Amino acid sequence: MSHKILIVDDSKLARMAVVKALKALRPDWPRVEASSADEALACINEQSPDIVLLDFNMPGKDGLVFAAELSQNNPQIVIAVISANRQVEVIHRTEAVGATFLPKPLTEKALADFLNSAVTRQAAAAR
Amino acid sequence: MTSAPVVLTELELDALTELVNLGVSNAAGSFRELVREEVVLSVPKVEVVTRQQALATLSERDAKRLVAVHQDFEGDIRGRALLIFPEAKSMELVRAIVGTDMSVEDIMELEQEALAETGNILLNSCLATIANHFDRSFRISLPEVIYGEGTEFFGPSSGADEGERVLFMFINFAVRHRDIQGYIVMLLDLPSLTTLKSLLAALIERTAGDTIVAPPDVI
Repeated sequence: MSHKILIVDDSKLARMAVVKALKALRPDWPRVEASSADEALACINEQSPDIVLLDFNMPGKDGLVFAAELSQNNPQIVIAVISANRQVEVIHRTEAVGATFLPKPLTEKALADFLNSAVTRQAAAAR
Repeated sequence: MTSAPVVLTELELDALTELVNLGVSNAAGSFRELVREEVVLSVPKVEVVTRQQALATLSERDAKRLVAVHQDFEGDIRGRALLIFPEAKSMELVRAIVGTDMSVEDIMELEQEALAETGNILLNSCLATIANHFDRSFRISLPEVIYGEGTEFFGPSSGADEGERVLFMFINFAVRHRDIQGYIVMLLDLPSLTTLKSLLAALIERTAGDTIVAPPDVI
């Protein structure tokens, strides 16, 4: 079963890196991109993605604040926060809002593990 | 100069900003280990400006005396990385690193050394991340601590030609729960820009693979 993925990052290069990994891992899954939390919100309302990959350090609303709102309002969406900022506080806050922390630069292995767990979580929730 | 100026494309500038973001995020992790408190970062600003404009950005934010730790780097590209904060905050920074149970005299004695070491850890972490992504290595000078009003900070040629254009990269940081804020600044000499452009193009190609050819819909 395919899952729709939303990639949110203000950097086009960073989105390209994620798209490249997704193409290798799950080429059939539909992808959409947004460059800010505001854009992402519009996209979530219109396209109902199953999985959201969120950058942390973005202009406007940062990825963690957005992840907290998202998990409150759309608990069915599985969220990962991607950042090179591996401070324990950032990782703890990510986990506290129910999201998964993925280190940047993103490796295919880390993304594959996250996607597998997202599929399992959503299958369990659907039962 | 008769040659046309090298201009970075939007995507190259985006890649450079992301690279600075990666570098500074890694440096923040090292900084956090020193001060044992979360280090909060702003979104990086990257632009081509004159040295004078770069200085104005600093003095706009802090008219008072500043202290900077700087390290020069050279290799395929060359420039200067600086950790800058208001002089009044430097004691607070040292206290955050060495602990609060030391006397003012001891802290003052340690100040230079602690600042140099903090700069060394942060700036090296940042520069190493950038060099690794370019698949290059930089020679990095030893840290040097400078006190002043900013005009001294931007390198040997700053007095010579303030109208000279440089690539200016600027990030704010603050230590949560402590009254410490500052900036990480990188200046790149413009003659490096041609090389930088080709390094960025190679980085973009490696990162994106064939995604450049067939990008998905952007909302």
